[in-house]
Amino acid sequence: MRLELVKRPERSKLFSALSPLIAFGLTIIAGAILFSLLGINPLTALGTYFIEPITQVWQLHELAIKAAPLILIAVGLAVCYRSNVWNIGAEGQFIMGAVAGSVLPVLFPETIGWWVLPLMLVMGMAGGAAYAAIPAFLKARFNTNEILTSLMLVYVAQLVLDWLVRGAWRDPQGYNFPQTVQFNPSAVLPELFPMSGRANAGFLFAVIAAVLVWFMISKTLKGFEVRVLGQSPRAGRFAGFRINRMIYFAFLLSGALAGLAGISEVAGAIGQLQPTISPGYGFTAIIVAFLGRLNPLGIVAAGLVLALTYLGGEAVQSALGVSDKVARVFQGLLLFFVLGCDTLINYRIRLVGSASAAPDVPAVVTTAPTVEAAR
Amino acid sequence: MTNTPPARGAELLETRGLTKVFGSLTACDHVDIAIRKGEIHALLGENGAGKSTLVKMLFGSLEPNEGEIVWKGERVRISRPGIAKKLGIGMVFQHFSLFEALTAAENIALSLDDGAPLSTISAKARDLSKAYGLPLDPEAMVGDLSVGERQRIEIIRCLLQQPDLIILDEPTSVLTPQEADKLFVTLERLRDEGKSILYISHRLEEVKRLCDGATVMRHGKVVGRCDPRKETAASLARMMVGADVKLAESTPISLEGAQELLGVCGLSRKPAGPFSMALKDIWLSVRAGEVLGIAGVAGNGQGEFFEALSGEVLQESADAVRIRGKSVGRMDISARRKLGAAFVPEERLGHGAAPRMRLSENLLLSRHATDWFAFLRFGRIGVVREGAVQSAAQRVIQMMDVRKSAPDPEAAALSGGNLQKFIIGRELDRQPTVMIVNQPTWGVDAGAAARIRQALIELARAGSAVLVISQDLDELFEISDAIAVMHNGELSKPLPRAEATYERIGLLMGGAEPGHVETREIA
Repeated sequence: MRLELVKRPERSKLFSALSPLIAFGLTIIAGAILFSLLGINPLTALGTYFIEPITQVWQLHELAIKAAPLILIAVGLAVCYRSNVWNIGAEGQFIMGAVAGSVLPVLFPETIGWWVLPLMLVMGMAGGAAYAAIPAFLKARFNTNEILTSLMLVYVAQLVLDWLVRGAWRDPQGYNFPQTVQFNPSAVLPELFPMSGRANAGFLFAVIAAVLVWFMISKTLKGFEVRVLGQSPRAGRFAGFRINRMIYFAFLLSGALAGLAGISEVAGAIGQLQPTISPGYGFTAIIVAFLGRLNPLGIVAAGLVLALTYLGGEAVQSALGVSDKVARVFQGLLLFFVLGCDTLINYRIRLVGSASAAPDVPAVVTTAPTVEAAR
Repeated sequence: MTNTPPARGAELLETRGLTKVFGSLTACDHVDIAIRKGEIHALLGENGAGKSTLVKMLFGSLEPNEGEIVWKGERVRISRPGIAKKLGIGMVFQHFSLFEALTAAENIALSLDDGAPLSTISAKARDLSKAYGLPLDPEAMVGDLSVGERQRIEIIRCLLQQPDLIILDEPTSVLTPQEADKLFVTLERLRDEGKSILYISHRLEEVKRLCDGATVMRHGKVVGRCDPRKETAASLARMMVGADVKLAESTPISLEGAQELLGVCGLSRKPAGPFSMALKDIWLSVRAGEVLGIAGVAGNGQGEFFEALSGEVLQESADAVRIRGKSVGRMDISARRKLGAAFVPEERLGHGAAPRMRLSENLLLSRHATDWFAFLRFGRIGVVREGAVQSAAQRVIQMMDVRKSAPDPEAAALSGGNLQKFIIGRELDRQPTVMIVNQPTWGVDAGAAARIRQALIELARAGSAVLVISQDLDELFEISDAIAVMHNGELSKPLPRAEATYERIGLLMGGAEPGHVETREIA
């Protein structure tokens, strides 16, 4: 017996739209099974995980804080994935944006002025973009696989940050803790509604970025270029668009947004550099991008959902004594079900009897043209 | 012509009520076909008539939803190609399934199940190639072989399995007229040995000449059976299309003193990959009002030539290509379009159009550079004017009579012919001064093809230069004012329509000294 995926002649519009909701529902069910296997009442656990963290106003602020970097990064990734550029290294670009943006408050902590914060944000974006330019250059020039290069550069970025906060940038008055000085007030992002919670301008950036990129993708020629080159590169070349230019555009844009997320995180929620500044936002944002169907507006909603999985993980850890790594499990389940649903929307499963499963040389040979065509 | 099902008895293969449904489309609708022993039987029909689906069911690549196949008097179930081969059904595909980096003998060995040593296979293949007049060197690398030679490998591979029935899918579409003649001799010899051949084609003249019986399909149904030798090409065409087919009308014109709009001067190009063709010192001039045809067997550099003309690939020297007197060799496709050139590539889906995009978006695809003032606003921000693009798309749809199921469907949802009409119309809509088309009617039904050809002629007569690259000689003879031949990356001098004959063009397609036609004795 063998399973085969057969392409459907048409995608169902209804199920394409419902797919994220179905995936979320399946994640809940799988989560319930998981909790009951752990010997915890699944209803209590799911309530603690998904509902309790958003019952009070200050908790919504926390949700916004977690969602902001996810949305910012995912919006950039959506442009990448739509244009068939596979940037997996947003985590590294996030870190490098944070590092570049922190140059000013760490090395010149006395600097005060209204212009400090905007300059930090710009440097953060430049840092993220510059770091993303490395895999872009390698792909455009040498045709390297950007999935590998961008991913490997994440670990480089993590170690650079680690080295900085333990070495050159360590706070001299910090009792040898591996962290930089606390940023001075003019280097800290303002809170949106300080009366009710600590959500900061980062969430505002995320929403603005989502709206701008949505407009770019759906209304402008540049967005058209992104979509054409992503869907059929040859037609894109026929249209006069250049693939190499698109590789740079996608990487630089997503790198800048990830960098902005990075500097917003350290200038906002954290207030200094430390060895770990991200609970894997750059990777979780990949899930956000796909859950939001690579649509920037959908990504805002998806970002809030994934932010909730982080808060839920903390909640079940404190309330039920389950490891907060369960957040990773939920994120993984969600991505699995989203991709699974998408696959089943495009393909149907066919069971092939064992008789035909035997190697059939002629059949293999006749598939050769498809392999050719696929290249 | 009769519509009664054939009498039963002496048939080698018979189908009864064979039906295949894909979703809402019935590709084959209760098809009855009967093939006698020792017969060359034609299966006629336009693209999309259901021929390929029928054949795939006979060869076991598809399973029918309904109906039965009777082989030598017994009901059989052919669930995969292996079974078809065991029964004695062999198939030569239209698109070859050969590995270019292997030799002919290695390719043959791959398809045989018996694990015979390569030397035995080579020897057998050599014997067969001699016996049937199919000259072939089994040790040759497939990548180095011409399309005709590759087809011979496929035929020999098929013959090695000693089939009783050989299915040939559009075998002459890749051959020169002379190569086709040789193939017919081979097929007739096979028939005389008692083998049956199912010959799929839409070329009526050769069916008339070669086949003993014919089954005509239209829209998935059998619409007629006949003895093609008793029919005329016109009557066969009527059966296939269901209506009379008009030929495009082209009145000869004088190009005396007409201005050159497209010039190619010593264009050369190195091969882009191990299996692509180099272009060698091509010279060409197309004048206002002229339709110049470029004939040639597939894979002789036409695709590479098109890419060079369109600017998808730049030339080393700016002077290699001239559009309206301006040297454009170093300009990209958008810049060439802005000078008034328009391009229609061979492949519709994935090259000329993005399959998953709507027709209006596909209009923007090739027109955003030339029509930015109409389709975009706010300069560099480039916000697309949806309304303007939509109405231009509707204009093209009406002009070319594009049939579709939704107001603005995805390109992939259109049939090949309708999409091609849209792609051609998209360019005609901007009245290009230079139009370069590769395979304008490949896989397009007869009605749409006639419309496209007429439109190309009209464009030229209105004062544009039209260059048509095609493998369909009939088409080139129908619309061209002069025909040049591309062979092995070289281009012959164009022959004026009045001097061009199928024989002369055929010889050039086979590689008879490009560039020296006028001094050659034509046999």
